Amino acid sequence: MRIEVLGTGCKKCDTTADAIREVASELGVDAEVEKVTDPQVIMQYQVMSTPAVAVDGQLRHSGSVPTRETITGLLSQ
Amino acid sequence: MLAIFTWLADWIVYRSLGFEEGTRLADAMHFFVEDTSKILVLLVVMIYVIALARASLNLERVRYYIQHRHRLTGYFLGSGFGAITPFCSCSSIPLFLGFTSAGIPLGVTMAFLFTSPIINEVAVIMLWGLLGWQFTLVYVVIGVLVGVSGGMILDLLRGERWLQSFAAKAYQQAESGVQNSPDAGDLPQKLTLKDRHRFASSEVRDIVGRIWKWVLIGVALGSALHGFVPEGWFAQNLGSGQWWSVPAGVLAGLPLYSNATAVIPVMESLIVKGLPVGTTLAFCMSTVAASFPEFIMLKQVMQYRLLGLIFVILLLNFMVVGWIMNAVSPWLFAGA
Repeated sequence: MRIEVLGTGCKKCDTTADAIREVASELGVDAEVEKVTDPQVIMQYQVMSTPAVAVDGQLRHSGSVPTRETITGLLSQ
Repeated sequence: MLAIFTWLADWIVYRSLGFEEGTRLADAMHFFVEDTSKILVLLVVMIYVIALARASLNLERVRYYIQHRHRLTGYFLGSGFGAITPFCSCSSIPLFLGFTSAGIPLGVTMAFLFTSPIINEVAVIMLWGLLGWQFTLVYVVIGVLVGVSGGMILDLLRGERWLQSFAAKAYQQAESGVQNSPDAGDLPQKLTLKDRHRFASSEVRDIVGRIWKWVLIGVALGSALHGFVPEGWFAQNLGSGQWWSVPAGVLAGLPLYSNATAVIPVMESLIVKGLPVGTTLAFCMSTVAASFPEFIMLKQVMQYRLLGLIFVILLLNFMVVGWIMNAVSPWLFAGA
């Protein structure tokens, strides 16, 4: 699955990307995590609070560093 | 109620550590202990209480309230929500685009972004603890007016001409109703008390964890000023008679990029030492609200002309605030 971490480059976005990578490898999920900082893309997702997470082009989370449970939920679909 | 912190500082500095009352070092130490303990306790308690109340407030909801309002109302709403909405400056760009692509005028969005760094719960709590409620009220009113007037001027000058083209396009589409704007269906569900508690405690951890060192730095600077600058030095050298002290304060604040947390204890010391209130405010607002990192971020959605315009508007605003406050503060705080 393709996971995009949306945000204009603050520390929380790094934390989010790292957390997702970590949980993905623990669960053995094949996830490609990518950080997106382009404001145009972020606008297209209609995100206003970052960090936000999109899974396969679908916005699933926004406004905070997701908790482990949230990430697990995002990865297990 | 706040006297307990004076007592605590008396006890620690004079009794336990045995400093002699009245020396400069002891003075500075007393100030440091009293202010740090007071501010940190106030912050923990008040951030929790405020977060409980506003747990359900988020940007989507704010945008929904502001959208399709009369412009004039819009400026005040934008600025007011800028003050109360939890918001990290790293979200400036997504927020800007989210508002713009929903057809909210540039000036209203900027009223939000102008006021947001000036007024937030931390600033208000600290001002209240250190300088009293009268001053806090004046500060809040000024913060809102800086945002509202800044936004209005931007719209009068039709600043939206100088947005980056993709942002300008999104705005025009929203205005002509091509892009569907968000509706109430996007609003979050009702929160239980437990949700609110969880949100509030994570806010306390998050905010206090982020700013405690700024409190220490700010209060340490304030204490140094307090203990070592002679009484009346500012009044003599930079008193309100000198009109240029206001622009000088604004310019001095520019290269200093800080958040309100670190500046407010310094502000207290400056005022106590006789620096005119308007000059102090001009200096502090310029430190807090006009920051280069923020401007560089906004470049992604604005052309240089618009950035320059915003910068000039802000600086002029701070100066006007400074002069007005210097002129009226002798009456305003006569009884305080």
